[in-house]
Amino acid sequence: MRSSRVWCVSAIALCGLFVAPGRARAQQAPATDPAAAQALRQEISQLRAEFEARIAALEARLSAVGGAGAPAAPAAAAPAAQVPPGAEGLGGPTGSLPVYGGASAASKVFNPDVAVIGDFLGAAGKNRVNPQPGLEMHESELTLQAIVDPYARADFFISFGEAGVDLEEGFVTFPTLPGGLLMKVGKMRAAFGRINTQHNHVLPWTDRPLVTGNLVGGEEGIGDAGISIARLISNPWIFLEATGEVFRGDSGDLFHASQRSDVSFVGHLRGYQDITESTNVDLGASYARGHNAEIFVPPDPGRSTTELFGVDATVRWRPLQRSIYHSFAGRFEGVVSRRGQPEGRQRATGFYLSGDYQLGRRWFTGARYDASERADDPSAHDTGQSLVFTYWPSEFGQIRGQFRRTAYAEGVTANELLFQFQFSIGAHGAHAF
Amino acid sequence: MNIKHIAPVLFALCAVSSAPARAQGKLNVIATTEDLASIAQEVGGDRISIDSIAKGYQDPHFVEPKPSFILKLQRADLLVVVGRELEIGWLPRLIQQSRNAKIQPGAAGYLDASGQVKILEIPQGQVTRAMGDVHPLGNPHYWLDPENGKGIARAIVETLSQLRPGDKAYFDQRLADFSNRLTEAEKRWVAALAPYKGLKVVTYHRSFPNFTDRFGLDVMGYVEPRPGIPPSPSHTLELIQEMKRQSVKIIMVEPYFDLKTPNAIARDTGAKVVVLAPSVGGVKEATTYFALFDYDIATVVAAIQASGAK
Repeated sequence: MRSSRVWCVSAIALCGLFVAPGRARAQQAPATDPAAAQALRQEISQLRAEFEARIAALEARLSAVGGAGAPAAPAAAAPAAQVPPGAEGLGGPTGSLPVYGGASAASKVFNPDVAVIGDFLGAAGKNRVNPQPGLEMHESELTLQAIVDPYARADFFISFGEAGVDLEEGFVTFPTLPGGLLMKVGKMRAAFGRINTQHNHVLPWTDRPLVTGNLVGGEEGIGDAGISIARLISNPWIFLEATGEVFRGDSGDLFHASQRSDVSFVGHLRGYQDITESTNVDLGASYARGHNAEIFVPPDPGRSTTELFGVDATVRWRPLQRSIYHSFAGRFEGVVSRRGQPEGRQRATGFYLSGDYQLGRRWFTGARYDASERADDPSAHDTGQSLVFTYWPSEFGQIRGQFRRTAYAEGVTANELLFQFQFSIGAHGAHAF
Repeated sequence: MNIKHIAPVLFALCAVSSAPARAQGKLNVIATTEDLASIAQEVGGDRISIDSIAKGYQDPHFVEPKPSFILKLQRADLLVVVGRELEIGWLPRLIQQSRNAKIQPGAAGYLDASGQVKILEIPQGQVTRAMGDVHPLGNPHYWLDPENGKGIARAIVETLSQLRPGDKAYFDQRLADFSNRLTEAEKRWVAALAPYKGLKVVTYHRSFPNFTDRFGLDVMGYVEPRPGIPPSPSHTLELIQEMKRQSVKIIMVEPYFDLKTPNAIARDTGAKVVVLAPSVGGVKEATTYFALFDYDIATVVAAIQASGAK
């Protein structure tokens, strides 16, 4: 209120400064020149109108900014609607009804941050083993994020494909638990390795490596409804974080729960260390266990299990003073799968190795080598190589081309040119590391 | 689902280590930038320990949220942020993963330092990304006005006094001392640039509006066509034409931008490129908030004199 008064007084004083000379001129104008006096009167009126408008605008802005401190505005009549004829009585509402939504713009400040990320994919060349459409609006990811209350925040990632909708993630995070714990509850991507946690739009490629498709549940990866608890392990040397997760036990074609006790588990240990201010190393070890889908083990539906062991390593280099122009990231991720089959446990391995270099502010290039056996048939071995070029028109758009050569166990080699357009609208989300 | 499956995971995680040790005595203050850290050190004196996240010579819009920063935040009693969405791309995730209830937004140990300062370039009307990477809440580079430095210091002292009421008199005394010294220094800085009041300059990014506003320089244009958008040939040609027409002889550049385009413009227009420190630590001479202005003012004055700009 005080600041409002100060503004008003200041504005009126300014009015006075501008108007007073005008008045003075009016008084000094010869009475015998009615045209000049009339012009001055019009000038004064115009100035007065302008400053009244400015004061009104300032008052409005102060009201909006100052909240309780602003002058109280007259209470506006609440919007109302009438109960439709014939619907009254029998204990129902009568007379006017409240109208929800739009009653106050202030209520919208609590709306979550909203963003949509579009992912358009194209492919040229032949791939008889793993065909994908020539042109595809692969995904439209709707993101809704907000703070729930002083103790929690919520994140929703809803993925719209061309054919359907999927809740990719939807969870609440409790960042202020005692004991240095960070708990998430909901549906989420599991903390198995590095890229299983990442959404499509933050990958450095248009696709996911072969090892993801063959051993870690495909594009959806390990993602399920459950509870995740992560804790920092204090030590004088490095950043060390342990994560334990329990899920219902349904993750695409990887895990399937036939009964409530068929839960799946994921554990992850992450160590991170800055080597210099520009270079750092990120290491991880992961474990996952869950029950197999029934279709693979007819005699004992749902009781056979799959165990996954993973290691991951990332080396990053980004010179701080030129961080927007040059960077490098080298990634390795290896997975061992032990899958229960009618003929016994099948051991299959896979890995990828990649490097990505930022050539300039807008240009990136990278290469990836893939090799993976298949979980249900380790004798089947696929390999692949990719070259990637990416162009960033801005922070909110990306155009990417990827040449991919894949040699499948079937004896087929596929040479493909994949391309991608990504675009983001809405709130600016925080970047992952 | 059986409880016996969950219990071991929970207990194992809880038993991994004891709660992290907290620094006693001094308040542990973390600032997102070196500018805020320098001001906090001025007013906090020996009652606080201070550390920062972004270096002064890196672009504060694009800081990598490294896990090592999580460890810093985990131990913080107070987090001071620039706000106005400067850190929106990297700070929220770090705060969330810090597991530190004291510094969550809205908690007593979270301070947005922009509450008592003059903010410029608050967009009016509709804001779209077609305008570039605009900040809907106004230009966040507000610390480059010493008067705003006083506002930042006041906000920090108010929060420190709430966290440590017993030290309020100490913080108040240091605030008064800091403000007085800043007022004196500001007279010197204003006087140094007074002969060039109204001089037109070009800057790379919109990092200096508060600086030019305070010290009487007039920003004629930008090397970036729009905030956050790299220079384009057509915009650069238009800028060169306009600089020639208006005889603009100074191009101010932040240390984290490539000098290729500014140098090309300078060659065509006869202007001088000056790399200024947008933050404490931006150049090695800018070791404190006072040294930041000492360096920038001296560098600009020297460049104006060398270029013969009027």
